[in-house]
Amino acid sequence: MTASTAPAATTAVPPYARRARRRGAALGLLAWFIGIVFVLPVLWMVLTSFHAESDAATNPPSVAAPLTLDGYREFFGADGGASPWPPLLNSLGASVFSTLFVLVLALPAAYALSIRRVRKWTDVMFFFLSTKMLPVVAGLLPVFLFAKDTHFLDNIWLLVILYTSMNLPIAVWMMQSFLADIPVSVIEAAQMDGARLPTVLVRVIAPIAGPGIAATSLICFIFSWNEMLFAQVLTGVVAQTAPAFLTGFVTSQGLFLAQVCAASVVISLPVLAAGFAAQDKLVQGLSLGAVK
Amino acid sequence: MSNPTTTAPARGPRPPAVAGAPRRTAKAPRNRAREWATRAPLMPALIFLIVVTQLPFVATLVISFFDWNAFRPERREFVGLENFRTVASDEGLRESILTTVLLTATVVVVSVVLGLLLALLLDRKFRGRGLVRTMLIAPFLLVPVASALLWKHALYNPEYGLFNGVLHWLGGPQPDWISDMPLLAVEMSLVWQWTPFMMLILLAGLQSRPLDMIEAARLDGAGNWQIFRYLTLPHLRRYLELGTLLGSVYIVQNFDAVFTLTRGGLDTANLPYTIYETFYNAHEYGLASAAGVLVVIGTIVIATFALRVVSSLFREEVSRA
Repeated sequence: MTASTAPAATTAVPPYARRARRRGAALGLLAWFIGIVFVLPVLWMVLTSFHAESDAATNPPSVAAPLTLDGYREFFGADGGASPWPPLLNSLGASVFSTLFVLVLALPAAYALSIRRVRKWTDVMFFFLSTKMLPVVAGLLPVFLFAKDTHFLDNIWLLVILYTSMNLPIAVWMMQSFLADIPVSVIEAAQMDGARLPTVLVRVIAPIAGPGIAATSLICFIFSWNEMLFAQVLTGVVAQTAPAFLTGFVTSQGLFLAQVCAASVVISLPVLAAGFAAQDKLVQGLSLGAVK
Repeated sequence: MSNPTTTAPARGPRPPAVAGAPRRTAKAPRNRAREWATRAPLMPALIFLIVVTQLPFVATLVISFFDWNAFRPERREFVGLENFRTVASDEGLRESILTTVLLTATVVVVSVVLGLLLALLLDRKFRGRGLVRTMLIAPFLLVPVASALLWKHALYNPEYGLFNGVLHWLGGPQPDWISDMPLLAVEMSLVWQWTPFMMLILLAGLQSRPLDMIEAARLDGAGNWQIFRYLTLPHLRRYLELGTLLGSVYIVQNFDAVFTLTRGGLDTANLPYTIYETFYNAHEYGLASAAGVLVVIGTIVIATFALRVVSSLFREEVSRA
């Protein structure tokens, strides 16, 4: 227990404890300071998004300028610009469907790697992981050519497939670690009652591993939503996703700082929400389950 | 007996679990059927992943041996290692290799060091710790493109960016951040984004320290520095390795920041961006593939170490369970 809690500075506090307490308080302040420095650009983005364009692009910055929703109104096409809704919905579709596919594929796989293990299951785990380590850009051209030949370009389902493969290894690793925590006796009891694998997965395992599965889904959702290289190369007008829209938005509209900030806020909101919701399991997902 | 699920990349896809097709061996048909039944839930994921992630790499390898420009498809021909020779002698590509190494190393090292300091700060109890943690994670939870745009326009802009605004208040100089220090500009935005990642991993490492040992050391009169140097740091070693390696794997592949901040100009084009340029704009399919193969080889070197670290953490976890 270090300082800053309970100011129990009664009588006989030894001097070294007081010094330690003072240092603890100083380090706490330092942490606060760095935290604010880190979050400041985000806050600045949010603040600017609520400023009028003329107040947004000033030097020195107009911190106390009046607030307005104009940036958001213009982002959503009040001035007749391209509507952001189709890309936002495309992103939502690609992220949600790929996350669903990931769950459908990863849950049984994780079962076979944790509860009823295949032989050499660790080798299989590391094969999954190794696919995540290869740079996607190196496989992009064949995917592009394949999509072009099969008229699959600018199709949201192509992104769904690619995002599924991108997130599957992470999901398998995370879920494996969650399922491995389930006591075998619970599952055996269900099987004794004649339940088959799908029933066991849905009725027995899913409820226990529920929070873990939810965190896995959120992380897969974030990665799909953020993805830009595939979206940039493989989509055009119809299937464009939000990140690709965001880059095109700037080049085609010139620079409207408040509007760009509003766009960035809107497009980041789902990720911020999902990320804070999955905060506890974030490390585990990002380290592919290696850190609990 | 060979196990088809383990040597996956080389073998290619197998037909999905022929569950209940044990006819080949008379020896232990039931055993074999049971093994397939065990494997069955694994097969869809495994086959899907092999088809979608491994086949393209094979195709890339094949294309890398061809002279193939999309503008003159009729002149596509097998040229052996010619593309690799071109890539090796191409000034731009060689520079982008250097840029990639420099960018990755700088971002990883700086964000690991910063992340370690922040993790140590956050490992102490103080008022509002949860809030500070949340504030620190925020940069990692912006969409990468949004964060790159934020840095480019709202922070770096020489006329009205926040940085020059603050410098104006302080009476400092007014640099044109991106033109004056392009690579540093990209690196700073990435460090901002990746420090939280490192902090989270290292914080998890710190919190898994055996506290009784530290207590014992303190009773024996060990100072803070000694405890950090001889207990905390060795314990953190693998978490540091893990952060470094995963960070390297992710940042080597970075595309969003380079694409958004500088469009690869001013000597900031890293390999992913160069490959993207080579095939998407220059339509040099053969060259792009050869560069891709080189990136893969480079990544495999890093990834082998990464896998070893993950595997040692993983096996420890398994043996503890």
